Formats: sequence, structure tokens, C-alpha cells
Amino acid sequence: MALAKRIIPCLDVDNGRVVKGVQFVDIRDAGDPVEVAKRYNEQGADEVTFLDITASHEGRDTTVHTVERMASEVFIPLTVGGGIRKIEDIRRMLNAGADKVGINSAAVANPDFVKAAADRFGAQCIVVAIDAKQVNLEGEAPRWEIFTHGGRKPTGIDAIEWAERMTANGAGEILLTSMDRDGTRNGFDLKLTRAISDAVSVPVIASGGVGNLQHLADGVLEGGADAVLAASIFHFGEYSIPEAKAYMRERGIEMR
Amino acid sequence: MSSQQIAVIDYGMGNLHSVASALEHVAPQAQVLVTSDPAQVSAADRVLFPGVGAIRDCMAEIKRLKFDTLLREQVASGKPVLGVCVGMQALMESSEENDGVDCIGLLPGTVRFFGKDLRDEAGQKLKVPHMGWNQVHHTHHPLWADIEQDARFYFVHSFYVEAGNPEQVAGTCEYGKTFSAALTQDNLFAVQFHPEKSHTAGLQLLRNFVGWSGKP
Repeated sequence: MALAKRIIPCLDVDNGRVVKGVQFVDIRDAGDPVEVAKRYNEQGADEVTFLDITASHEGRDTTVHTVERMASEVFIPLTVGGGIRKIEDIRRMLNAGADKVGINSAAVANPDFVKAAADRFGAQCIVVAIDAKQVNLEGEAPRWEIFTHGGRKPTGIDAIEWAERMTANGAGEILLTSMDRDGTRNGFDLKLTRAISDAVSVPVIASGGVGNLQHLADGVLEGGADAVLAASIFHFGEYSIPEAKAYMRERGIEMR
Repeated sequence: MSSQQIAVIDYGMGNLHSVASALEHVAPQAQVLVTSDPAQVSAADRVLFPGVGAIRDCMAEIKRLKFDTLLREQVASGKPVLGVCVGMQALMESSEENDGVDCIGLLPGTVRFFGKDLRDEAGQKLKVPHMGWNQVHHTHHPLWADIEQDARFYFVHSFYVEAGNPEQVAGTCEYGKTFSAALTQDNLFAVQFHPEKSHTAGLQLLRNFVGWSGKP
């Protein structure tokens, strides 16, 4: 008897539609995030994450409606990240049926925002998303730094210190993405994952770089992650959630 | 049964959309009311008492709205009542959260913090909050009908219930220690996990609640 490690498929959602194409051949509308979430739910996904990449303000209303539909039909936890900047944004997403919200740039711009959000809604629904990149400066040991704006903008903030600070401010979970690995399919940055997981008391979701099932298992066994997040390996049908779970179980990981 | 009303008590703490949707899903014939109107709660056939967030804020609202009294009346009336998550914790006598908070006291016991240095049997450090799918070892009770022994449910909490009366424990869970995942006394049932987020097993528990007579 033990808590299971989680597998979390992540959907990029733009104006209420899934982008970076999900390729379930037998699904009626692979662009509908709710249809895709239902499929992952049936397959045994432990949670679903929507990354809202909608640029326009009007588009955000569409996202709210999508979350409402998802919450009426899919009974597993849903996290919504992307564009969460104000207390009002969090309130809207939670009222629509999201269980957790991911805060990224807004936390960097104002670290007290996380504190205010956790005080208002409880730490259990505040996920701080950290985009980290390794920096190698001459004469210094390599370290990881926080980047914003999709990895383009350095902040000078040390990733481990930031994770500790965000946890102290009330983050209930850390979603950690390695910007060096994101999109490479070379696996998680395991050293980064281990360093952050050891540094904080809250659960850590590893993200960025998954190309095969071994990477998922390594994220837990070597990186110390409590959950693993992946997009393309599931979306393109290379691996199913049950295959991923069977593999991780074989490696001795407790799964649902 | 077809026209029964289920009241989900709304005291302004967080989103009740998910739990109401889940009830509508398992009981399409029922009328699910998310309400803060005591008259509607009293008129309902069964009552769900949810809760999220910090216990201090929850108890402040419960007391301000006199929902502690309302809830006592509902339980005393014999109708089925289900407490969920912080709703379960609020039923206890007190909580360690927020430097100590007096709770409703419908069930004997205390709400305690998992601790900063929580470890499993092998000595591995455990993260707090306890977040994710964990197994519940359950007793015989109508609310567990058609639910496998040791089925997994979705938990997210940093504080746990230490039951005052072991006979009221209807389910236990292991996370660094054995804690009460479910309690029951007569027509009152309470769970620490989120049935509305626990897929098949969670929906089955809600379905069982919707059909429950209120007797053990």
C-alpha cells in the first residue's frame, strides 16, 4: 500500500482547441480538449493538464467554457496553466471546475502573488511552474536558472532557491520543466529534477524531454519525481497510458 | 427516489461545480442543489458537505452562517449526510491547522499535520501534501458496495483525521502512518479523499451515497 506515482498527459490548448495535433485515429474530434481528456481518462491517466496558450483576452472565455465542459464529463483532477496572472484568473478557473492552476511568469514578476493565491484558495490548488535552464559560467559550478517567456528571458534567479521560496510561499506542487530538454525527446534533466525534488517538501512533476517510456521511469527512479508529464509520446499514439503504466510497474514503481 | 433532492452545502469555500457534476452524473433523476439556503438544505433528502482550503477560513464561514447548527440538525434528522475532504475535517472536534481551530465536533477526534519529516516504512522521505491516488482499506458498509477492497482514490491534503472512536473508522489509508480515510456514525459518512475526482471508484461511492438509506 503506497501512494501511486502519477502520469499526466498535457494538452496545449489555443482558443478552446488542442494544438500540436493529437492523433487518436478513432476519436471523433481530436481538436476538442474534452474529447481528448475523456480518452486519456478512459486509458487511466491520473490527471490531465491544460496549458492554455491563448493569446487573446476573448479566447480566455473559451478556455473557461472548455474547463466547464471537462469538469462535467471527466472525473479526474484537472490543472490549468498559462496566462494565470491575477487572483481573478484563478477564481475563474477554479469556479469553472479546474482543481489546480499553474502559475509561472506571474510568480516571477511578483513572488507574493503565490502567497496571496495560496492564502485565498489553499496551497493544494497552487502549482508553481518553473522553467529552468542550465547556465555554465566560467569559474563557476554549473547551475540552473529560471527563464520566462518560453525560455527566452533569463531572470538570474537560481532554480533551487526559487523552488524553495515558492514552496515557502505556499505552492502545493512544483511543475518543473527543463528548457534544455523540452522538445528534444532525450529524457528529463534528471540532475535538475533530483536537485529540486530533494530541496522541497511538496510533490514535483517532471516535464520536458520525454521520448520513450524509460524516460518516464527514470524521472521517478533517478529524478525523484512524484509525477511525470508528457505530451507528444501520448498524443501521437507512440505509447498509450496503459503501456506506460505497465512499463513503470515492471521497473518497480507503484502505479494506479 | 426519482425526484429526490440532494443539497450540496455552499459556504463560499471554493468550487462546487465538480462535486455537483459528479452527483448529476451518477443520479440523473435527482435534483442537485448547490445552496447556502438553510431551508433548501433542510428540505433535501440528502446532504453533501464539502470543503477545500484552510480550516480557519472554512470554520469562520460555517459559524458565521450557523451551518454548524444546520449540519447538526441534518444529522439528527436521520437523513444521509456525506462530508468530503475539509468537510470531513470540519466535523471533528478540532484541527491543528492555523495554530489550532475548534471544529464542529459531530465526530470525536482531532485533525493533525502530517509533519515536515514524514517517512515511509523504508525510511524514504514523503512529500506533503499527500497528493494523488492512494489505496483505501475499507470496512463493510453500504457506501463501499461494488468497490474493490484497497481501491485507489484521489487525495490532496496536508492534515489528516485521527479518529477518537476506532469503531467509527470505515476506511484507512497509509501515508507514513495509518490515518482515517473514511468515518461513519449512523447516517453520517465522511471521506478524506475526493470521490468526485476519483473516477470509477469515486463515482461508485457517490452512486452508493445517492441510494443509501442512512443505515449502516
